[in-house]
Amino acid sequence: MILPALIIVLCLGGFAAWFVERRSPGDARLIALIALIIEAALLLWQYSGTGTVDILSSGMSPAWLADFNRPWIPRFGIGFHLAADGVSLLLIALTVLLGFMAVSSSWTEIKDRQGFFYFNLLTCLAGTVGVFLAVDLFLFFFFWELMIIPMYFLISIWGHENRTYAAIKFVIFTQVSSLLMLLAIVVLVLINHNRTGSFTFDYFNLQNAGIDSDAAFWLMLGFFIAFTVKLPAVPFHTWLPDAHTQAPTGGSVILAGVMLKTGAYGLFRFVIPLFPEASRQFAPIAMTLGVVSVLYAAIMAYAQTDLKRLIAYTSVSHMGFILLGIFSWNIFAMQGAVITMLAHGISAGALFMIAGSLQERLHTREMGRMGGLWSTLPRLSAFALFFAMASLGLPGLGNFIGEFLVLLGAFKVNILLTSAAALVLVLSPVYSLIIIQKAFHGPLQSQSFPADFNRRELTSLGLLVLVTAWLGLFPQGVLNVSAAGCKQIIQDQVAVAYP
Amino acid sequence: MTELLGWVPLFPFLGFLTLVLAGGRLFKPLIAWIGIGSVGISALLVCLIGVDFLNGTVPFYRLLLGSWIAMDDLSAPFGFYLDALSMTMLFVVAGVGFLIHVYSAGFMESDPGYARFFAYMNLFVSAMLVLVLADNLVLLYLGWEGVGLGSYLLIGFWYEDPNNGYAARKAFVMTRIGDTAMALGLFLLFTQLHTFDIQSLMRLATGQWAPGTLLPVASAALLLGGAVGKSAQLPLQTWLPDAMAGPTPVSALIHAATMVTAGVYLIARTHDLFLLAPAVQFAVAVIGTITLLIAGCAALAQTDIKRILAYSTISQIGYMFLALGVGAWSAAIFHLLTHAFFKALLFLAAGAVIYCFHHEHNIFKMGGLRKAMPLTFWSFIIGGAALSALPFTSGFYSKHEILLEAYAASPGLWAAGCLGALITGIYSFRLIFVVFFGTQSRTIEKGLGLSMSVPLLLLAILALFGGVLQIPLDSVFPVNPASSDALTLVSVITIAAPFFGLLIAVLFYLTHTFSSQRFANYGWARPVRKLFLSGWGFDALYDGLLVQPFTSIARLNKNDIVDRLYLALAWLGRELHRMISAAQTGRVRWYASSLVLGTVAVIALGLLS
Repeated sequence: MILPALIIVLCLGGFAAWFVERRSPGDARLIALIALIIEAALLLWQYSGTGTVDILSSGMSPAWLADFNRPWIPRFGIGFHLAADGVSLLLIALTVLLGFMAVSSSWTEIKDRQGFFYFNLLTCLAGTVGVFLAVDLFLFFFFWELMIIPMYFLISIWGHENRTYAAIKFVIFTQVSSLLMLLAIVVLVLINHNRTGSFTFDYFNLQNAGIDSDAAFWLMLGFFIAFTVKLPAVPFHTWLPDAHTQAPTGGSVILAGVMLKTGAYGLFRFVIPLFPEASRQFAPIAMTLGVVSVLYAAIMAYAQTDLKRLIAYTSVSHMGFILLGIFSWNIFAMQGAVITMLAHGISAGALFMIAGSLQERLHTREMGRMGGLWSTLPRLSAFALFFAMASLGLPGLGNFIGEFLVLLGAFKVNILLTSAAALVLVLSPVYSLIIIQKAFHGPLQSQSFPADFNRRELTSLGLLVLVTAWLGLFPQGVLNVSAAGCKQIIQDQVAVAYP
Repeated sequence: MTELLGWVPLFPFLGFLTLVLAGGRLFKPLIAWIGIGSVGISALLVCLIGVDFLNGTVPFYRLLLGSWIAMDDLSAPFGFYLDALSMTMLFVVAGVGFLIHVYSAGFMESDPGYARFFAYMNLFVSAMLVLVLADNLVLLYLGWEGVGLGSYLLIGFWYEDPNNGYAARKAFVMTRIGDTAMALGLFLLFTQLHTFDIQSLMRLATGQWAPGTLLPVASAALLLGGAVGKSAQLPLQTWLPDAMAGPTPVSALIHAATMVTAGVYLIARTHDLFLLAPAVQFAVAVIGTITLLIAGCAALAQTDIKRILAYSTISQIGYMFLALGVGAWSAAIFHLLTHAFFKALLFLAAGAVIYCFHHEHNIFKMGGLRKAMPLTFWSFIIGGAALSALPFTSGFYSKHEILLEAYAASPGLWAAGCLGALITGIYSFRLIFVVFFGTQSRTIEKGLGLSMSVPLLLLAILALFGGVLQIPLDSVFPVNPASSDALTLVSVITIAAPFFGLLIAVLFYLTHTFSSQRFANYGWARPVRKLFLSGWGFDALYDGLLVQPFTSIARLNKNDIVDRLYLALAWLGRELHRMISAAQTGRVRWYASSLVLGTVAVIALGLLS
């Protein structure tokens, strides 16, 4: 029962925050905080194993840690089926952590319609958690949409100067691509129905649908495009810089930290297990796309002068690593992709928080108008330096472990592509250090002396520093949690692709 | 004592953490105590461990601190490996590092970023200690990148000046180019041999790979890439002269004594692999030789006291590479050791000059400091003598060994090395004569405090007598078979070369028998001097070939060409909308005629098909 509770708590919290707005708008953020604390407790309960009262369905591999299955629309074989393995749990943990961060960074930034803001924030998180748990394709699609709509409101209501354009662009990109996914889901179910005579949307039943390879390829492509738009990978990435730049800080944190990972998770959970053979044929193209994203976005990042836009492009670059890793088909690259999801979520989230606090203080995102901030904002600058280092892949911090494992795994498969991807080791300091140079070093630009980080900001970012260092120095705990889930994906797929 | 090895890198790291978390609130003497003390404890531990280790009989000692990454056949633990090679490096890093920290307490006294400075220095020392102690390549890579971070932070320490920031970024990015090659080398080694443990790797490589085949050649070449970047060798040497933007103790510690020699250490550590790849090993020798010559020439033309020393560092590391390339492993490490002593001494002495001269760097604006700064003067004499390998200084023993072994391998390399020694003699004493002789141009108000003069004194002693400190490395390296019978004539020329350089320097810069000004203005000498001054034009070349194209393409595409595609789609949609909505005019005549036209078209379609 914990799995559905993980989603319900966030939804209820959202409604409560909205409801309380009329009486005292300031309490909405407190309610959001409480909902997240309950969520974190539930997650811990689930993780510690005391919560596994749900009995796994028969035949489920032990890689799954929990299972919850109730019929929903039996006529079409649609069930309310949730299941979690180590990877889903880790991603939900990331969601909760960054949920706290989003609330923290919105604490003073959002003054307008606070209740509705936290309602959208929490339902967006609920949708994301649902995406990480759903193993019924219809349910998955439901949650996928549930997370997009609130994000649209977050950008279009609380965003910055060009918010309407950015929000519409975000919705069009994600809706067009999820339409492709919906189409692929329906066709997949129909093909399965023709073969077996019964409707089912269940992930486990569809895994062995036995579709012919031509159809499998096109269906795989439908899912693949939907997820790579979300990831995003070049050439589907252009919604992201706009959405990130215009979103309020809390929205950017969720967008970069968690929502991009749903794309990665989709590739991991659905594309490969549902269409192993087709994905294997497609792997070289997917890996190439990943490498192109890694390099192209790194060059794009360097050219930006808007701090949030720059960070947005670095996200695209890092997501390229995930694409490369997932389609490299081995345990190193797969685990590396998982660590990259977590580490990038934290480091990009932190960088967006820093950019947001700079905007709150200086009312600009242009790095040309910052400069020399180290002397007036030493604490903020030190945090920025730390996360710039994390994002350039400094060993000892989380991102390094992920990128190292991805490259190591990819090297076994394709030396040429890996060597090309490794060029980003040169490009990432180019774009990371330009942030430090333009915003924090150099002569002091502005004449105003804004306040340095306060206790709330110190605590939030300090926590993220600790997690990043912990991921970098003691990744074994996380690797152990995700190992079974990753192995399962690889082994299933190897068994099918090499009968 | 050896079980305390784990604490050696930990103390500086704890110092770093303390200074970062509380540095702003501590008062100055306490900052210095923490910053220096943490390295001091490490140095003390190193001494105790060293005594234990050198008196013991075991050739190596392993310490497993804990697991870092482990899955499948991949295992990269926090494990340390101590043998005579890492012991030597420990002495250099902790010992010289400690002296430089003490010196910094005086040098940086009036700097507002005192705590930040010591925090970064401690971080650097900690990473460097991890680098030399690591028992596997991934942990070594952690140290390797960590020292790169320390170097970046300290070069750009005075961050208000954008030029310093530029130099810092240049250093980081250029060394990262080498690191990328090195990372690929790591992947290749692991993919083939399924381990990251250095000793197992070497054993497996020797057992499984035939000499000169593709795999050892490729992996050695990739590792060499990393070494070339970190040690500022051709073609990645251009970051080091610019790195002089950092405070002078930083140049002494990072860009002379420790980090830049990491490449030498890496090659020595993986020497078995290089023995399997004779072509790459020869490339090491050639790279070293060319580097030592071009950097020596560049040093001849510089006027900035720190840039002279920077180019001389590149040149001396060139000697170490030459030694590695000809299989003179012990000699290379020996020169690394003595170079750390005398170059740290020279940098700290140069720092003393700069300190007393209010940050003046141009040697031609100095002059006549012999009387005013006797300690600094004598430090320079000793450092310069050791640098040019005059007999009975520490540098003599190590360089002599290198050149004789080079002769045994290839007389051509030896001749180039001797020419380099001559050039070294010229530029070392040019510097000394210009700065300390002649007429004194300015008066000196500031004196050196105790914290600055004591390290100078100790390093001067080490630079003179450090030659006796050579730790026997026979347990680590194979004995070079072709090194024993040195020809006497070769020996004499090797010894005489720096004296010729000294003589030239005397004639030009001390007695002024020949005028260097007039010489430099000869028709052919002018462009040559300009070339040397610019460091052979590498910066301009890279700038035109790589940096400018990259930045202009990036800027050109700032608005993302891919987005144009989607914008075009959106435009198309809007235009279609406009056209269709234009059809809705509200005029009945228009509607009726289009109705008729449509009906005719449909009927026609039906009839024709």
